[in-house]
Amino acid sequence: MIAGQAHGIVRQRSLFTAFLRAGLFLVLGLFALYYLLPLFVMLATSFKSLEEIRSGSLIALPRAITFAPWVSAWKSACVGVQCEGLRPYMLNSVAMVAPAVAISTMLGAINGFALTKFRFPGSNAIFALLLLGCFIPFQVVLLPMARMLGLMGLAGSIPGLVLVHVVYGIAFTTLFFRNFLVGISDSIVHAARIDGAGFFGIFLRIIVPMSLPAFVVTVIWQFTQIWNDFLFGVAFTTSVSSPVTVALNNLVASSTGVKEYNVDMAAAIIAGLPTLLVYVLAGKYFIRGLSAGAVKG
Amino acid sequence: MSTQARNRDLAAAGRGHWWAWIDARLPQIVVAPSLAASLLFVYGFIAWTVYISFTRSGVLPRYDIKGLLQYERLWDTPRWYVAIENLFVFGGLFIAGCMAIGIILAILLDQRIRAEGLIRTIYLYPMALSFIVTGTAWKWILNPGLGIEQLVQGWGFTGFEFNWLVDRDMAIYTVVIAGIWQSSGFVMALFLAGLRSVDDEIFKAAAIDGASLPRIYTTIILPALRPVFLSALVVLAHLAIKSFDLVIALTGGGPGVATDLPATFMYAMAFQRSELGLAAASAVMMLVTIFAIIIPYLYSELRGARR
Repeated sequence: MIAGQAHGIVRQRSLFTAFLRAGLFLVLGLFALYYLLPLFVMLATSFKSLEEIRSGSLIALPRAITFAPWVSAWKSACVGVQCEGLRPYMLNSVAMVAPAVAISTMLGAINGFALTKFRFPGSNAIFALLLLGCFIPFQVVLLPMARMLGLMGLAGSIPGLVLVHVVYGIAFTTLFFRNFLVGISDSIVHAARIDGAGFFGIFLRIIVPMSLPAFVVTVIWQFTQIWNDFLFGVAFTTSVSSPVTVALNNLVASSTGVKEYNVDMAAAIIAGLPTLLVYVLAGKYFIRGLSAGAVKG
Repeated sequence: MSTQARNRDLAAAGRGHWWAWIDARLPQIVVAPSLAASLLFVYGFIAWTVYISFTRSGVLPRYDIKGLLQYERLWDTPRWYVAIENLFVFGGLFIAGCMAIGIILAILLDQRIRAEGLIRTIYLYPMALSFIVTGTAWKWILNPGLGIEQLVQGWGFTGFEFNWLVDRDMAIYTVVIAGIWQSSGFVMALFLAGLRSVDDEIFKAAAIDGASLPRIYTTIILPALRPVFLSALVVLAHLAIKSFDLVIALTGGGPGVATDLPATFMYAMAFQRSELGLAAASAVMMLVTIFAIIIPYLYSELRGARR
């Protein structure tokens, strides 16, 4: 409100200001178009026949809508030598994401709790040690991880991939919960301890219900990161156990003969849909995670 | 130890000595698995990779130290120079582009406009997408046959050519275009949050003094946002050095190896050429580069926080 008045002082030349406002909206609108254009092109292309793609324009709406590219991308397009569409790989991604997110989030929550509300000698040092995991380029662990997965008999498997994502997710989840819980007064925990509540009692009955926002932010962050991961997926899986990002890349790269752009686009949208939906439904939390997690890593 | 903790220990003592011991150490016990995982999978693995980079390892790891052999080979490899040069071109333009667009959009959005939430959502949605999805989309848009080239030709500019995607010298710029599209919204969000934290009184005082809005921003507000600037810079540099998916999806590192980056170089050496030592050496170079950026930043952050 105060700034509204402040800007009001500048606003005295009202015609000029109105002109400026129009320009402002124009620029903002053009940028909105710039960001939306690729999504629009993807959608439009995915509903066109190949013939229409060749004859028409990139940004034209489809004249005759066809769902065939979507059906093909979902269940018959070839990924490498296998021609079953993206469906099996979507299931792989789900089977990978669900346990990886659940385990890494729980570990992060309990670590954050122990490191902030039950400080012990060395707890700050341990937090600093864990934090480094946020910053390393994963290339530096690819080779030993590949050997380790082989030794554990998890090479090329989805459980192996879950392990990788949990191990390298802990740093982020611990960071999120620690930063959240640092802001919560210790007095509640102290009171509960005097009343005789134990470590897990306080955690389950007091901290977990209070940390709901932290859980939402962490789950969304981890879900997006792990679903979108490509490096670990391509390095540690075989063609059967690939997550959908790897399958999408193979689908686009492997089409022999005629290039089916419409199927490529439908497949890309399918692969991106889960994270896009989460973003649209819970964008506020997504942004919060982004500024908390990405600033640090 | 605090009185509460001692009380708790005494209370627990009734349930048996061993239980009291465990109960008093529960915080350490629950953190232990994560710490162990971190020591093995982060620190142990980094040590392994560094060690391997000093050996003659090829298809299989060998454990006899051979000094800087792999680093000498790495810096004798023309492809590594391509990757480094590309990192500078891509990193420089990517950071500059994201910063410029992000800051401008944040300032424009800060003018108390209607539908701000919707516009912000639109600017930021690419961040939710996988680089593989983004790369696939841009590969189609930028393809020389049916993409932008045909679109502009259709508008009457029949001589228009746009074949950067398959042009050795220009392909890296297509990665820049897609990268900026994906990440500039993130810089916008960071700066918008920063702008919102600036005290409104500053605007008021400066406006009374007769300063114009552009002057207020350039001389007062943006300098006050130096920490945000630094954060954004560090995150973008970090993103640029780790860039892998986008290149793979958009150009596959090609034409030839024209768009190789250190990350794709490392992957090719590790999983396609079976040059473990060389791959390890290039990974260590990436790690050193990132630490050179991150450690001074963290140091200044932590010092700032303590003050």
